[in-house]
Amino acid sequence: MEDSRRRFLKLAGVSALGLTTRPVLNAFASEGGGEDAHGVEVKKGDKALIAKQWAMVIDTREFESAEDLEPIIEACDKIHNIPKFENKNHEIKWIWEEHFHNAFPGLAQRFTDERIEQLPFLVLCNHCENPPCCRACPTKATFKRESDGIVMMDFHRCIGCRFCMAACPYGSRSFNFRDPRPFIEVTNKEFPTRTKGVVEKCNFCAERLAVGKMPACVEASNGAIAFGDLYDPHSEVRELLRTNYTIRRKQSLGTEPSVYYIV
Amino acid sequence: MSNKNLIIAGVVIFVAVVAFPFWFNMGKAAPAPEPELTARAKAANHGQCVMPTDFMKSDHMKLLDLWRHSVVRNGERTFVNSSGQEFNMSLSNTCLDCHSNKKEFCDRCHDYASVRPYCWDCHIENPKETE
Amino acid sequence: MLELAIKGSKKYYGWLAALLVVIGIGFLVYLKQLDFGLGITGMSRDVTWGFYIANFTFLVGVAAGGVMVVLPYYLHDYKAFGRITILGEFLAIAALVMCILFVLVDLGQPMRVFNTLIYPSPNSVLFFDIIVLQGYLFINLIVGWNVLEAERNGTHYQAWVKPFIYLSIPWAVSIHTVTAYLYAGLPGRHFWLTAIMAPRFLSSAFAAGPALLILLCLFVRRVSKFDPGREQIQALAKIVAYAICINVFFFLCEVFTAFYSNIPDHKVHIQYLFFGLHGHSSLVPFMWTSYGLMLVSIILLVNPVTRKNEGVLAVACVTTFVGTWIDKGLGMISGGFVPNPLHHVHEYAPSIPEIIITLGVYGIGALILTLLYKMAVGVKEEVGA
Repeated sequence: MEDSRRRFLKLAGVSALGLTTRPVLNAFASEGGGEDAHGVEVKKGDKALIAKQWAMVIDTREFESAEDLEPIIEACDKIHNIPKFENKNHEIKWIWEEHFHNAFPGLAQRFTDERIEQLPFLVLCNHCENPPCCRACPTKATFKRESDGIVMMDFHRCIGCRFCMAACPYGSRSFNFRDPRPFIEVTNKEFPTRTKGVVEKCNFCAERLAVGKMPACVEASNGAIAFGDLYDPHSEVRELLRTNYTIRRKQSLGTEPSVYYIV
Repeated sequence: MSNKNLIIAGVVIFVAVVAFPFWFNMGKAAPAPEPELTARAKAANHGQCVMPTDFMKSDHMKLLDLWRHSVVRNGERTFVNSSGQEFNMSLSNTCLDCHSNKKEFCDRCHDYASVRPYCWDCHIENPKETE
Repeated sequence: MLELAIKGSKKYYGWLAALLVVIGIGFLVYLKQLDFGLGITGMSRDVTWGFYIANFTFLVGVAAGGVMVVLPYYLHDYKAFGRITILGEFLAIAALVMCILFVLVDLGQPMRVFNTLIYPSPNSVLFFDIIVLQGYLFINLIVGWNVLEAERNGTHYQAWVKPFIYLSIPWAVSIHTVTAYLYAGLPGRHFWLTAIMAPRFLSSAFAAGPALLILLCLFVRRVSKFDPGREQIQALAKIVAYAICINVFFFLCEVFTAFYSNIPDHKVHIQYLFFGLHGHSSLVPFMWTSYGLMLVSIILLVNPVTRKNEGVLAVACVTTFVGTWIDKGLGMISGGFVPNPLHHVHEYAPSIPEIIITLGVYGIGALILTLLYKMAVGVKEEVGA
């Protein structure tokens, strides 16, 4: 009796394994989603801007004080439904201002150029070419997009583990500690809000680039911020990099940030 | 069996409890859901959605998965259906442009089937609604 | 064998009931967290990992500590440890379940946790951490159960169990190395970006795990007819002594590198922890207490007179456990995040709901430990061990 019961259980176990293998493998395979739709295709829009690696050059000489930076920060906050929290613990910021010794801790020194010392600098996600945050993500919810080099967030996939936030050497990422909707002053209906429990950050305005527009901060900067393809030798950013001395944040870490600053 | 009565009583109670949804709801089937199309939805595109209606009824979530994968992960935002028509792949701005009546359209079937998609936590329900 | 776990004295049932109450309250507060979001904790944009991950990290160490009983017995034929390998394995199971639960309560979107399996990401250390932790839990369950059942039936465990036992030894080292690698590979966090992170984790694990095991053995001896054995407890005590010495030594190495090189980025985190930074000093008393306790542990454990006195040994185990908990739990996590990469100081302290949920998870761990130990002790009493 013992023996045949054991044999039955072994048989049942192997059968269960056999029956469930295919569905499990199918689940693994369905990365693309929607294979059942036939005769359809997806493509970029006609007006979409294309680049191998989007990069930004911020000419800090065009700014004099924090007031100059406000409209730039506002532009991003407005179109991306960034919530404003009283509690600084929960704050969400995609682009904001920092003093030189906070933005460039390795370069700060005791005796500095007066202008640099008191000028606030714009800081945002650097969309690194070698991003530690993407290495850290256990689900590839944050990833470096092959098509244009933007470090994107897939809010649908993020499990909210915040490993990417620990990995980012620039503090560029924010976490939704609570539902942001009650704290959004004016909602831009064309862009989704986010939900509690996911990480977010600057996305180089991927949704605007797709329809031929420059990122909101670039547009609001009145020419102080240049944006273009780092690997197009004739782009505006390459021209600026060729003719000006520029610095990047924490260069020695090897992350290869794509945001350059003319000081 | 010395506990025959107890066991039979237990089995009867068990069957009654497990079959509760069936005998309690006998003859009281909820009516099939009837989602309402807006005037704009009826007029747009000769009354057809981005894909044939039958496909949308059964597989709209698969299509949305394809859309979000293409937009977010591949940076491609234009969808070309089998008739060659082009659409911008956006739940809030394309789908809800015509189907701006979530309560009379989306919610009808979702409530009936007790499905609670969390899309609406992020995607704005009615972009064109004036407050 | 499970029937052994659900039969006991009135005190036993009272203990289980108390644990269920703690777990229940923790669960209710967790529901609040699911509803509101992680904003009910004390975590912030700058300190994004807090009490949950701190306890997770510490408990991975406790789980790995079980190997300190398995290794001498199976690899070096130290027969004495044969009496208590099951206690080490069951402690590992309880600790691992708590680790997994702490990660789950820390997630912003826990219902999506299977995304880690559907979209495997071998670039991420977290992916490997999930694999090694589940694997070690699986190994301990299989090995512990089979060896205990064989002991109950008076036979030798079956041959196929042996490879799992041998596998558990390097696997135990791997769980804590991989957990250390979570921290040690992040370029922006200079407090963690050190090669000695994994060795430090292992040394504190091999101090904390066996220390807790000694306390549990002393407790088991008091409440049951099974005596884990004086020789076994003394051997464990020597292991804790070496481990805690090495742990403090590793820390002193860190201090030397940071302060002799005088590099601000290296010094600043240790300065924050032990002296405060820009007026922020909430962790200072904790850190000095921690190292004070570890120093007391070293004195009591290295000195054979105090080590052989089981009453004093118990005290030394408590100081070891608490000292390493503060160091690895509070100190290491906050120390890494403060100051942040932009040199802002934003302190962290767990909130009340966060503490209640933490206690709930510890309650679940204690419940599992209680049930498994009752079972193991029941078997030992049955066979007259």
